[in-house]
Amino acid sequence: MSDSLDAYLILAGILFAIGSFGFLARRNAISMLMSIELMLNAVNLAIVAFGMFGPHKDATAQGAVFALMVMAVAAAEATVGLAIVIAIYRNKKTPLVDEYDSMRQ
Amino acid sequence: MRAKLPQIIVALLIMGAVLGIAALMLLALGQDWQDALLWILAAVMIGSGLLVVTMRDIIRCGLAMIVCFLALAGIYTLMGVPLLGAAQVIVYIGAISVLILFAIMLTQTKDAPTRLVFQTQAGPASIAAVVVAIVIALAVGSTDWGELARRTRLGTEVMSRILFEQYVLPFEVVSVLLLAAVIGGVFLAKREPGGPS
Repeated sequence: MSDSLDAYLILAGILFAIGSFGFLARRNAISMLMSIELMLNAVNLAIVAFGMFGPHKDATAQGAVFALMVMAVAAAEATVGLAIVIAIYRNKKTPLVDEYDSMRQ
Repeated sequence: MRAKLPQIIVALLIMGAVLGIAALMLLALGQDWQDALLWILAAVMIGSGLLVVTMRDIIRCGLAMIVCFLALAGIYTLMGVPLLGAAQVIVYIGAISVLILFAIMLTQTKDAPTRLVFQTQAGPASIAAVVVAIVIALAVGSTDWGELARRTRLGTEVMSRILFEQYVLPFEVVSVLLLAAVIGGVFLAKREPGGPS
């Protein structure tokens, strides 16, 4: 099993589906951010797996470097996202996204 | 809370016993130890991922997310990219999880509505997620990847050579992006003078 690309890709697909469910279904904004992190991890796993089985010699290192870049971007995304959630929480006093309806007229 | 602590310990013990028995069974079934480890890490990752999106208490969701990231770091190491596993532990478990737990504790209210965790569209969302997983699995299964040869483990030296020779410019751009994110986060979360406390 550890020698087949399919296993890693299906694993990444399942993790991505779990993350997308959490993003669509949870009410808490921080839960939604955690689901986004799950999805980013799934994509990272797929990238590393593709690099692992890549066609030429440098593909493994390139996939790993790309995954490192994705990790850094995920860190930036988490910082800004959580800052936005805290800023909204300071105004609305709730972390639940379905009560953020002040832009609805 | 004092009554719940032994429950958690018992649950951890049961989980460890189940995992150990599963490893022994997988080894007895003729899988080599790498496959057995991959099965177990995958099971832990998927299980804790499901816990992240379904549990009621959001702090426990954050802790389950740490377990999920740890299992993924193990999978990276098993795939032969140990540097990436280390980066996963440092960045995700060390930084992002702590940030998320911090934000959870900042935004938790006393009367946190623990009765309604999901939105009304949870049913369609679960159906959509299952459909996405099935479609990905079908697409992966029906694709002919051609000749695939698994690489051996990727040494840190090779990876750092490629990172700092071939990809120096993206590396620097990412550092600028992180600086911008830090400044933006501080600016967004800053308390305005005279604003709501």
